[in-house]
Amino acid sequence: MARVRKSSIHLSKLCSFSCCCRPPSTTDEHARIGQKGYSRVVYCNEPDSQEQIRLNYRGNYVSTTKYTAANFIPKSLFEQFRRVANVYFLVVACVSFSPLAPYSGPSIVVPLIIVIGATMAKEGIEDWHRRIQDVEANNRQVEVYDGNGSFKEIKWKDICVGDLVKVHKDEYFPADLFLLSSGYQDGVCYVETMNLDGETNLKSKHALGVTSVIRDVETVKGFRAVIKCEDPNEHLYSFIGTLYYECQQYSLSPQQILLRGSKLKNTDYIYGVVIFTGHDTKVMQNAMDPPSKRTRIERRMDKIIYVLFITLILVSFIGSLSFGIETKKDNGGDYRRWYLRPDSTTVFFDPRRPLVAAFLHFLTGLMLYGYLIPISLYVSIEICKVLQSIFINQDQAMYDEQTERPAHARTSNLNEELGQVYTILSDKTGTLTCNSMEFVKCSIAGTAYGRGMTEVEVALARKSGEILDEPMAIDAVESGEYVKGFNFRDERIMDGKWMDEPHSDVIQKFFRVLGTCHTAVPEVTESDQIVYEAESADEAAFVIAAREVGFQFFVRDQTSIQLHELDPISGKTVDRVYELLNVLEFSSARRRMSVIIRSPEKQLLLLAKGADSVMFERLSEHGRMFKVQTKEHIERYSEAGLRTMVVAYRELDDDGYKMWEQEYAKAKTSVGADRDDLLDELADRIERDLILLGATAVEDKLQKGVPSCIDKLARARIRIWVLTGDKKGTAINIGYACGLLRPGMKQIVITLELPQIEELEKQGDKDIIAQASLESVEQQIRDGKSQVAKESSTEFGLIIDGKSLFFAVDENRVNCFMDLAMSCATVICCRSSPKQKAVVTRLVKSVTGKTTLAIGDGANDVGMIQEADIGVGISGVEGMQAVMSSDFSIAQFRFLENLLLVHGHWCYRRIAMMICYFFYKNITFGFTLFWFEVYASFSGQPAYNDWYMSCYNVLFTSLPVIALGVFDQDVSASLCLEHPLLYQEGVQNILFRWIRILGWMFNGVLSSIIIFFLTINSITGQAFRNDGHVADYSVLGLTMYTCVVLTVNCQMALSINYFTWIQHLFIWGSITLWFIFLLVYGSIPPPLSTTAYKVFIEACGPSIRFWLTALLVAITTLLPLFTYRAFQTRFRPMEHDKIQTRRS
Amino acid sequence: MSETNSDRQRRGDRESAFYLFTQQRLPACKPVLTPPWVITIYFLVGFIFVPVGLFTLRASHSVVEIEERYDIECVPSQFRNDKVSYIQDDSVPKNCSLLFKVDKYMKAPIYIYYQLENYYQNHRRYVRSRSDQQLLHGRNFHGTSYCQPLESSNNRPIVPCGLIAWSLFNDTFTFIRGKALLKVNRTNIAWKSDRDHKFGKNVYPFNFQNGTWIGGGKLNPRIPLSNQEDLIVWMRISALPSFRKLYGRIEEDLDVGDYVVVQLMNDYNTYSFGGKKKLVLSTSNWLGGKNDFLGLAYVFVGSSSLTVAIVFMLLHLRSQR
Repeated sequence: MARVRKSSIHLSKLCSFSCCCRPPSTTDEHARIGQKGYSRVVYCNEPDSQEQIRLNYRGNYVSTTKYTAANFIPKSLFEQFRRVANVYFLVVACVSFSPLAPYSGPSIVVPLIIVIGATMAKEGIEDWHRRIQDVEANNRQVEVYDGNGSFKEIKWKDICVGDLVKVHKDEYFPADLFLLSSGYQDGVCYVETMNLDGETNLKSKHALGVTSVIRDVETVKGFRAVIKCEDPNEHLYSFIGTLYYECQQYSLSPQQILLRGSKLKNTDYIYGVVIFTGHDTKVMQNAMDPPSKRTRIERRMDKIIYVLFITLILVSFIGSLSFGIETKKDNGGDYRRWYLRPDSTTVFFDPRRPLVAAFLHFLTGLMLYGYLIPISLYVSIEICKVLQSIFINQDQAMYDEQTERPAHARTSNLNEELGQVYTILSDKTGTLTCNSMEFVKCSIAGTAYGRGMTEVEVALARKSGEILDEPMAIDAVESGEYVKGFNFRDERIMDGKWMDEPHSDVIQKFFRVLGTCHTAVPEVTESDQIVYEAESADEAAFVIAAREVGFQFFVRDQTSIQLHELDPISGKTVDRVYELLNVLEFSSARRRMSVIIRSPEKQLLLLAKGADSVMFERLSEHGRMFKVQTKEHIERYSEAGLRTMVVAYRELDDDGYKMWEQEYAKAKTSVGADRDDLLDELADRIERDLILLGATAVEDKLQKGVPSCIDKLARARIRIWVLTGDKKGTAINIGYACGLLRPGMKQIVITLELPQIEELEKQGDKDIIAQASLESVEQQIRDGKSQVAKESSTEFGLIIDGKSLFFAVDENRVNCFMDLAMSCATVICCRSSPKQKAVVTRLVKSVTGKTTLAIGDGANDVGMIQEADIGVGISGVEGMQAVMSSDFSIAQFRFLENLLLVHGHWCYRRIAMMICYFFYKNITFGFTLFWFEVYASFSGQPAYNDWYMSCYNVLFTSLPVIALGVFDQDVSASLCLEHPLLYQEGVQNILFRWIRILGWMFNGVLSSIIIFFLTINSITGQAFRNDGHVADYSVLGLTMYTCVVLTVNCQMALSINYFTWIQHLFIWGSITLWFIFLLVYGSIPPPLSTTAYKVFIEACGPSIRFWLTALLVAITTLLPLFTYRAFQTRFRPMEHDKIQTRRS
Repeated sequence: MSETNSDRQRRGDRESAFYLFTQQRLPACKPVLTPPWVITIYFLVGFIFVPVGLFTLRASHSVVEIEERYDIECVPSQFRNDKVSYIQDDSVPKNCSLLFKVDKYMKAPIYIYYQLENYYQNHRRYVRSRSDQQLLHGRNFHGTSYCQPLESSNNRPIVPCGLIAWSLFNDTFTFIRGKALLKVNRTNIAWKSDRDHKFGKNVYPFNFQNGTWIGGGKLNPRIPLSNQEDLIVWMRISALPSFRKLYGRIEEDLDVGDYVVVQLMNDYNTYSFGGKKKLVLSTSNWLGGKNDFLGLAYVFVGSSSLTVAIVFMLLHLRSQR
């Protein structure tokens, strides 16, 4: 036992401590176990014990569906009727079976059922897809110990708390597990957490020493323990629990917890005990609906619906008032309109109680004029948006060939908002830049290596007007032998030439450090190539650089690292095995990492790399030989936008190391709050007296097409803010490189990196520092404003750092600051924290009152993405967390121009026009009903047959409007990109201004007047056919209805300017459908078709007057809009008109 | 798996209709309102509408129509102040005569219409007060609650029930030219579909106008409803409060200078609601009866479109310079 434990201590050095995943647990938190919030008890390996069953924890069955088969109908119905308009229609439908109704009940219920049914079907289909995924997940197999000495496969959903499971390599964990042991002797295992946090690198987990021996069926059989831990919660990176095993207590940390959703990698198998199952797992606790966002257009649409409701009430009121007066007149001895038998009537028409009758008629009116409210508006918009999203997802112009990732609209209800973006807030790393680091330069032994210029350098050169004599930016593609992560060109180093350099031994050491001092894991691919799985892209770049120069790292196991090395003496490649003793991992606090190795020559070495600020102060006296030159080079590199790292080493003596090692091992096994501090301190003690070797420079390349994309967005007058964690200098340089800062632009810099502030900081009085900083920031903002006011013609770029930002967004100064920021074309916030990013986003949103779009790729951008009106995630290297919280995801920043300028513009235009048109068509229809009422003594008799009316929204006008909402384009995609200014139509909301909406409504009223009065004067009165018959109620209704259908469909044809066969089919098809409907419906026996029976075949069809009237009305109703559009296009063209005219 | 499939698809049919559809690049016609097009369209509308309008106007003018209001003249002068009591007084004789002078040659068939004004046949209560099933199937059909208060009288159902039938128009007209009675054809004045499919061939009026208050005309209980054409015409309700209904056809030509004397029974009460009654004789052509409105509207729309075209052209040329 002792022997095993010793070796296990020895083995787990590799993942000895990882400061980045340091458990936040402290002793007092562990003390809370058993109290509220920490009450979970797991009887390991005894899932069937009485105690465990009594606790009755949830099973592992997971359901992510919104509905179940049982509650689908009530729940989705409830969802539907949360919309006011739908409630209105439901009430109308219920009342329609009473005598109040102006039309028959079924004719109003059927369209409602169709509309609600369509929406429910959509919900149902979406839910079905989720269910299929659930079923797949619930039925996966996993090996579970059956209590009788063997493992058997069961389904995921049958797993219980306390079960002991065995998970194999590349399998997903079925629940949140407590790691007992792994295939490695020391209980280490590696997991990939891509589905949880999107990070692609492997994370190590390690079992407790006491449990890591439970590795076969025999030991498993006797294993009994109790875990008391926290209740289910959503914190992925914390876990508090205690293991009671063999009368001992052991604290548990996240290091022992394997989360559902992650995957076992590089480890043959693990044993684990199920702690949280099903919906108790952390990943499920995390799953929640993203905050629902509504677009401006939808919010305005609600207002329009209110306007229409008011119109409806007003119209009904006028109707019922007139009706009351008319009905009252029927009272009296002689019964004026005797044919209505006012003497013996129902309450609805009782002239003796005109007030009651009028009130009841008011309700009738609300139903009759209900056609003013478009019943199918919501569902049509939803359908359109879903189809629009499909187009976004399908667009090849936003498809990234390299990663095979298309753009993805994760929510479909923000499409049109994409066309109205006023400000873009962008992250830098991974968003503007690739976040695929490339090793481009290095400085070894005071000599700078690496030819060519970075993009930033090129931009800088262009800025200062230098003539470039060197070849342009180092373009990897042209050289043909591009290696990902490596873009280093220097003939002095490459192909083994480094051996002839003056300090070849230093160069050798330098690359050895790069080849060994890391935590990457090599993986051999199918084509015998070695790829590295590293924690960060920088690290991968170093290992790749070492490989390319001739120090190929190819094997890592628990105790050693092996390199193929070029031997300078023999000139041959030899394998060298370095014994790996300790890894002191990188952390953001330490800003360095080192490894302690024993070389094949049995030399004990500490190899280190880290940030210049921490490394230079750790150099020994004799190790500073190249310090001056190296520092100079580092400065030059960071000016060029490169990320630098200092490389150094130290030789250790065996005795000193042994003493240190003992202390270190003790500290590692210690339990307590100060364990990490202790380890830090020990690491600090040995990372001293380093000898400088050189420095590396890694380029975070700008993504392809970023400058031109930003240029387009700027030409579309979209403001772009960059919020980055980078240093000021790097941020400014990147700003130049991607065209955010342009040569003619003046910079306003607000910073607290001022001598006087730094002076104060040294004294350390926080209050004084804060006060001074505040004043300084205020002064700088004021100066900036006066500068902007003075030179109104120049463009300004504002650069502010995180510390200053903290003071600038203070309540008292925020307006002042935002004023300044708004008057600048570009704003760059450097050194900003994730929280500040979110705060700035909220500020920009509230101050401008316009649409903001946040784009980012990493977990640090999530706040910003959720806060903004539209969140866009880059589905790039850093993984999926930003994408998960975003509304749209794209693979590359440059696709933003397509997303906004093309799809955004189109969707905005489509939805805006669609809504306007929707109101138009319903007002046209609704008002013809009202005009008819005027001629029917406001009795509530509809002008049309019941079923004509109910088919209006569903059959004869629905498809063209959907075609408009899905397919219409004012100008083609390429022209959208060619003329970015077109985008301003959306930003200024030109197509959905009140004046335009009211204009459409007015057009509707006008159309209804033209239709009604032209029709009644042309058709009624005299004979309308050769055989002397006169037009009756049904003929007038049919004629008017024909005119309405013709009018609204032709208006549609007039207002769109993009006809594919789909538009033709829908528009002309709708009109044809109406006539087919007439034929079919008219031949149904009269008890069903009532007034529509044979009207078309017998009366209207053969009548020339009918056709002449229809033509007259259709053309006449089109003329006002046509005239308006003709004059407006010619004399006051909008942006799209100009482009269209220019093109044709 | 699906990835590779879509990949293949992507590479395979770059030009397929489906691909173009998903990329929103289907071949499309993109009309733009350029000035030449605008002017062309206006002129086109103008040049089509004005001739059509003129043609329609001519057709309308070729129709000869004589219209005579008789509701006031037919009231004896002593009742002029209280027309309602006149019409409700059964003892006063209701016969009356009108004189029509034919100014233009009227070619047979000459249609006879009666015209009522301010009569709301399209009132909701009125419209619903009928039973289509009963009209077709007779008194065995019982779901006639819409017919209230004229559903039944003396505990027996009324056929045809409802307000519409009850208020049947019952003025009658006879036409005399010179000395001879003009033959008036009163068949085929209703729609064929009504006669064949809406009014039963075996349904006879029953218990009709037997109540205390007799509304309009009575029906011969021995004639089936499908042959009661006056009823059928009346029950095809009018669209607007002012309407004509077909009474019959004179199947002889009327010459210029002919005088037609109309002997009529002025039985129908329009006085209580101030409705006018008129008698109309009209010929008909391919466009129906006399109505200048349609033609004028065509001419108006056509000519204003020409005007706008010219205005647009001038403005366009001026701003181009």
